[in-house]
Amino acid sequence: MTTVYDDVGDQAAGDVPMRRIAFTINGARKIAEVEPRLLLAHLIRRGVGLTGTHMGCDTTNCGACTVLVDGKPIKSCTMLAVQADGHEITTVEGLASASELHPLQEGFRAEHGLQCGFCTPGMMLAAKALLDVNPDPTEEDVRWALSGNLCRCTGYQNIVKSVLWAAAKLRSQSAG
Amino acid sequence: MTALDEIKIGGLGASRKRVEDSRFIRGRGNYTDDIVLPGMLHMEILRSPLAHARIVSIDTSKAWQIPGVHLVLTGEMMATRNLAWMPTLSYDTQAVLATDKVRFQGQEVACVIADDPYIAKDACEAIEVEYEPLPVIVNPEQALAEAAPIIRDDKTGTTSNVIFNWEVGDAAGTESAFARADKISRLRLHYPRSHPSPIECCGSIADFNRATSKLTVYMTTQAPHIIRAAVALVAELPEHMIRIVSPDIGGGFGNKVPVYPGYVCSILASILLERPVKWIEDKTGNLISTGFARDIYLDGELALREDGKILAVRMHVDSDHGAFFSDAQPSKFKIGLLHSTFACYDVPVGHITARGTYTNKAPGGVAYRCSFRVTEAMFFQERMIHQAAIDLGMDAAEFRRINLVPDDAFPYRTPFGFLTDSGQYGKCLDVGLKAIGYEDFRKQQAQAKANGRLLGLGISTMTEPLGAGNSREYDILGIKMFDSAELKIHMTGKALLRTGSKSQGQGHETTWAQIVAHELGIPAEDVVVEEGDTDTAPFGMGTYASRSTPVAGAAVAMVSRKIRAKARKLAAHLLEVSEEDLEWELGRFYVRGAADRGVTITECALAAYTNMPDGMEPGLENTAYYDPPNLTWPFAVYIVTVEVDPATGVWDVLNMVAVDDCGVRINPMIVEGQIMGGLTEAYAMANMQFITFDAEGNCVGANYMDYLLPTAWETPGYELHSEVVTPSPHHPIGAKGIGECAAVGGPAAFVNAVMDAITDTGVRNIDMPLLPDRVWEAITKRRDVSGAPPVRTD
Ligand code: FES
Ligand code: FES
Repeated sequence: MTTVYDDVGDQAAGDVPMRRIAFTINGARKIAEVEPRLLLAHLIRRGVGLTGTHMGCDTTNCGACTVLVDGKPIKSCTMLAVQADGHEITTVEGLASASELHPLQEGFRAEHGLQCGFCTPGMMLAAKALLDVNPDPTEEDVRWALSGNLCRCTGYQNIVKSVLWAAAKLRSQSAG
Repeated sequence: MTALDEIKIGGLGASRKRVEDSRFIRGRGNYTDDIVLPGMLHMEILRSPLAHARIVSIDTSKAWQIPGVHLVLTGEMMATRNLAWMPTLSYDTQAVLATDKVRFQGQEVACVIADDPYIAKDACEAIEVEYEPLPVIVNPEQALAEAAPIIRDDKTGTTSNVIFNWEVGDAAGTESAFARADKISRLRLHYPRSHPSPIECCGSIADFNRATSKLTVYMTTQAPHIIRAAVALVAELPEHMIRIVSPDIGGGFGNKVPVYPGYVCSILASILLERPVKWIEDKTGNLISTGFARDIYLDGELALREDGKILAVRMHVDSDHGAFFSDAQPSKFKIGLLHSTFACYDVPVGHITARGTYTNKAPGGVAYRCSFRVTEAMFFQERMIHQAAIDLGMDAAEFRRINLVPDDAFPYRTPFGFLTDSGQYGKCLDVGLKAIGYEDFRKQQAQAKANGRLLGLGISTMTEPLGAGNSREYDILGIKMFDSAELKIHMTGKALLRTGSKSQGQGHETTWAQIVAHELGIPAEDVVVEEGDTDTAPFGMGTYASRSTPVAGAAVAMVSRKIRAKARKLAAHLLEVSEEDLEWELGRFYVRGAADRGVTITECALAAYTNMPDGMEPGLENTAYYDPPNLTWPFAVYIVTVEVDPATGVWDVLNMVAVDDCGVRINPMIVEGQIMGGLTEAYAMANMQFITFDAEGNCVGANYMDYLLPTAWETPGYELHSEVVTPSPHHPIGAKGIGECAAVGGPAAFVNAVMDAITDTGVRNIDMPLLPDRVWEAITKRRDVSGAPPVRTD
């Protein structure tokens, strides 16, 4: 078990009550002492040191910070770290296994679903949440599921294709 | 021995999968905010809530008392180091931290450096600033009014809010052409202020090393070498002791070209504290204070002959630059390359006057996905063309066909002095019209009208100048606009390429290697590409204005050719023949007439380190600086069909066709990605994306709840066409710029489509964005809807 001491929490003013939380991230169990106001996104990025979760707006609009909490897509800039106590978080770093990329990762590469890459982790996690419940989505389903995530580079067409590519691969894997 | 298959080795024309994706899809990108240095502190900026106000006092004492605060900087403190003001890239000055007064909402007033960003934010809130409000100016009209307050009273002798007056063309010739015209078509337009808004905001980590006195700055910049020069000038540090590193960038679009106060403050803080200082802007800070674009008003006129021939064009523009003139434009051209307007049409004469004004808004005028104001140039052009066809009672496609520059006229001199290099404009138009089903659509449109439905079709055709320089005409702050590439071939034939450009999503790590593969036959996967570190990359002007492929890409080809020239000498030595007896095929020299006697480029590379001829300098490395002879001129046709709901003013895109002739495509997949991204920005501009200000100068659009960007849900699909290819005659591999074409030419296609749908109302113009209420107003009230919403003077 790893103990995470978040630098934000450590150095805060003495009278701030710290909270101890326990959570799982990408399968690893962690404990952290955090200031109650600490955002989950900051815990992930600065505390745990997983920088694949990006922050683009901090107003719940861009979706760059999307992670899965107990399998559901959550904008981690709008959830407090203390709310993650007892929950399971998946970030982009948790998508691939040690030896293999997740089909979504392959799909984004195959269909040129990214340019600057800043929105990509959030896009892939929002897409994963969709494919987990709907393995055979239509283009419209994909567009709707990703409508909370902004991309300024791609124009979305290739992102949609990437997700459909991944869906097809996942289906063929489970069929095979 | 058979020749290499160029596509297999990832050469020119291969839709090679991107190298950079491997790290991005794993969440292993290295963006500025991902960098953590030992002992690093965090900076936050306190911004002005008012658009124009005198600063009466700033009390920072409470901020200093907060545990964890290391430094509070104000303008007064900056002034003691001569850093309260900095020079801009347009020969103006900009406040780093305000001293006398604030001149726009969101201007930097103070900053706090603390152990963590939460503490720094708390401390910013503890700073007490007393302001005395002043009258606010939010548009050029107010700025030019008789008794307007002077915004830039910091500059002694300033008596007005005019920044510049600039003109180009032939006033007298234009006048006489207008006198001869059968018809004059007039249009008044506003291209609204918008923000490039990459998802990643700006930021920097300044790291001043006390032991070596060297300053390293990791920062979100599209042009690291220009920044190094600027930092040397601003901070008065020796340039060789400054290293700028631009790591992965989460989108730029022009927003990450200027020098921002936050960068300067983080640098000074690091020097004072001798610790690394990180500044990461929040979205509101980014949207209200950094590089805006557009915000320009046009009065445009076309002199027309009854048969459809354009005789002359005349334009006057008023441009709103905000409180500081900090555009990064080539210094000769105060209004950028606006005068590239009408370059695709055979127009004998024209005249443009441009006036820039200060207002109480954030500094604007950046080239947002645009080669220096060509977005405005082409939008105005295509809106004027659309309206002129209506005024003449001609078909919009036919009117264009009459006036487009014919294929045999190149190189063609435009009325404003540009020399367009090549194109097949008529052919592109044909492809576009066929793809959209022009004739059929017109029939459908007529039928729909009979049923009370409003269908519309909009065309936009344009060429644009991409890839500044040449250096005779193009410079920024006197620094000539060229670019560079350095190529090192290792002894095993693997290569390291570095350029002066800097990718922000364009995929240079992939495409530059393809150019090397094309020129040398070294497989692209054996070429690693590095950019963005001024200590290692050769000097270049950076990536913006679609200049990477035209300039740095050309440098990559040229340096490869230098390498090939030396490899030829090595091959001659190895084969014991003279250089003249050698032939080159991809990846290999062979003896003329004896194709099986040859050596590969890899063998030449090994020889450069192990077996060079007597007297030859060892090694296989070189550098090329490329100063382009001309800009490259891609051509595009964008055609959109829409349906407008007359009851609500809502419009939906039915189809969109894009025909882009950008010359030779290095990586077609990446080119198409660029086009789709650009089309989406075009759709955004036309439909929803704008930033406006109320009468007090409050920025409306300070976050993504108010500044609307399209999502996957609204964004239409696109049909792309690449069948027309006109190589640039002067680019070494025949490529032209492409990254911005769709964003430049696209908006007019959408607007023209909506205007076409409502032509019967007699309304001549609705200014962007075409929000439903504005379209509805035009339809029901049968009047033009002008200006920047919602601040309208009815
Ligand atoms: S950073 Fe969380 S939604 Fe934008
Ligand atoms: S790839 Fe750049 S924001 Fe989506």
